[in-house]
Amino acid sequence: MTDIKKYKNILVFVEQREGKIQNVSLELISKAKELSEKNKQQVYTFIPGYKIDETHAKECFRYGADKCFITNDELLKNYTTETYTKVVTNFIDKFKPEAVLFGATTIGRDLAPRVSARIHTGLTADCTSLDIDIESGNLLMTRPAFGGNILATIICPNHRPQMSTVRPGVMTKTIVKETKTIKIEYLNSSLTKDDVNIEILETVKTQSEKKNIEDANILISGGRGLGKKENIELLNNLAIQIGGMLSGSRAIVDNGWIESNYQVGQTGKTVRPEVYFACGISGAIQHIAGMEESELIIAINKNPEAPIFEVSDLGIVGDLNQILPLLTEELKTLKLKKEA
Amino acid sequence: MKIIVCIKQVPDTTEVKIDSKTGTLIREGIPSIINPDDKAGIEAAIQLKEKYDAHITVLCMGPSQAETALKEAYAMGADRVILLSDRAFAGSDTWATSLTLSYAIKKLDYDLIICGRQAIDGDTAQVGPQIAEHLNLPQVSYVTDIEKIDSYLKVKKIFEDGYQIIKIKSPCLITVLKEMNNPRYMTINKIFNICNKQIIENWTINDIDMDANLTGLKASPTQVKKIQTKSVKASGKVHNVEPQEGVKLIIDKLQEKFII
Repeated sequence: MTDIKKYKNILVFVEQREGKIQNVSLELISKAKELSEKNKQQVYTFIPGYKIDETHAKECFRYGADKCFITNDELLKNYTTETYTKVVTNFIDKFKPEAVLFGATTIGRDLAPRVSARIHTGLTADCTSLDIDIESGNLLMTRPAFGGNILATIICPNHRPQMSTVRPGVMTKTIVKETKTIKIEYLNSSLTKDDVNIEILETVKTQSEKKNIEDANILISGGRGLGKKENIELLNNLAIQIGGMLSGSRAIVDNGWIESNYQVGQTGKTVRPEVYFACGISGAIQHIAGMEESELIIAINKNPEAPIFEVSDLGIVGDLNQILPLLTEELKTLKLKKEA
Repeated sequence: MKIIVCIKQVPDTTEVKIDSKTGTLIREGIPSIINPDDKAGIEAAIQLKEKYDAHITVLCMGPSQAETALKEAYAMGADRVILLSDRAFAGSDTWATSLTLSYAIKKLDYDLIICGRQAIDGDTAQVGPQIAEHLNLPQVSYVTDIEKIDSYLKVKKIFEDGYQIIKIKSPCLITVLKEMNNPRYMTINKIFNICNKQIIENWTINDIDMDANLTGLKASPTQVKKIQTKSVKASGKVHNVEPQEGVKLIIDKLQEKFII
């Protein structure tokens, strides 16, 4: 069994893609900062990659890092499971963090389980809330289970580090007020070519130009109640008028009405925009799990019994075919009035 | 090519409902299904078999009722189906589950292990990569396409913003997404076979030479501290009004919150 007293500080694995730090990592740094203030520890950030430098470290500090570690190696330029597992495992062996946080991205969810199995510790996936029990040092990791129907709080009492992944958009990134001296430590990589056990033949970006729905301030979301694919246009018109983005429930993704990148919910994205319009979405628990943290939820649905109304700040029972065009027109009129 | 597919039997979570009075899960009448990502894994293995000739073993860890899942896998086209079931395994978290499965896999021959990306009852996506680690195998997760080229596999791995085509050498482990295919139905002949002979091999901890201290609840690093049903956010008002009135309410709300 691990001597858990030897483990200190919270580590955030900082995920970068083509040198760009992913938002979820910054969100986690802010969360780690909040936790570390509770138990008087430090926030470590570790960025494995290639040509990573002070500018990356500064970004981590802006959101609450106390120390930034960087490993540069050409073999880390593109993510592969083994190379990243090796450097992260080495880091943990050397610096013994008490907790390690990863973004629950396709990279984090590939890497974290591999690391946890190698160092023999627990891992809790897709946490929606993290807290620390100061007395025991246990991280209280809460996550949805059974398709979002229940919340389970998981602990990892006898092994260290305690590891968890958190989905993008679940935590909020916050710029810290105080400016600190930036502490960077560059670590050597001990990787050799043999550590690369897969070969990436081709990398294709399918939506680099497009914005992610997690970053949108206003989402106009549609569900089965749209009735037909053509009605996406109603959402689109409203989105353009109000300056929002289009998203949808699993039902309309399965119908092929919108691409899966725009899906909100347990199997899609977790979003927390300022305004979330749920149009013709009945509100299956899996969907609600992905949007209930939105600041303002406005639901339009024919069925007065639709569960979506239970989480809405404003619910309108009615036909979206009538309401959406009217609303779009009304917004247009208001805008013209303002400009005049 | 020898393929092992790991599957889990899960409650169909899309059917799970909450008793609003007691706040507990209503489990009665919830059908058990093969986890969708895993079922896609079975289908992917069968398609590889049709193209390149392969032997498919489907492995399932779970209680005895998981036999149903294995029967279905067999009737879809698996050659061999094994149920890994023992009281000693009960309460395993992903670490202990993956270790247990890796002990079973060590008893089998394989070039390729296919796991579903994640199970719909837990959504952790951890067991696949953890099996790969316990067996010291290269892995690719989030796969939607598999092609065999000599001793290599060429697979398509999905990212949030695109995809990669990756070459990976056998033996290896991949995790697959349900979007990759439409699993076939069971064939009549195979269903007939299920009725007439014992097709499921039952393995216990003794069959995989595993120390009981390495599996189950006590070998699991993570523990469930608390379970709660989700508290529903206090809801706002629902208005059953004419469309014009509804639009006005929305506009007022947006103005009140300074959105417009």
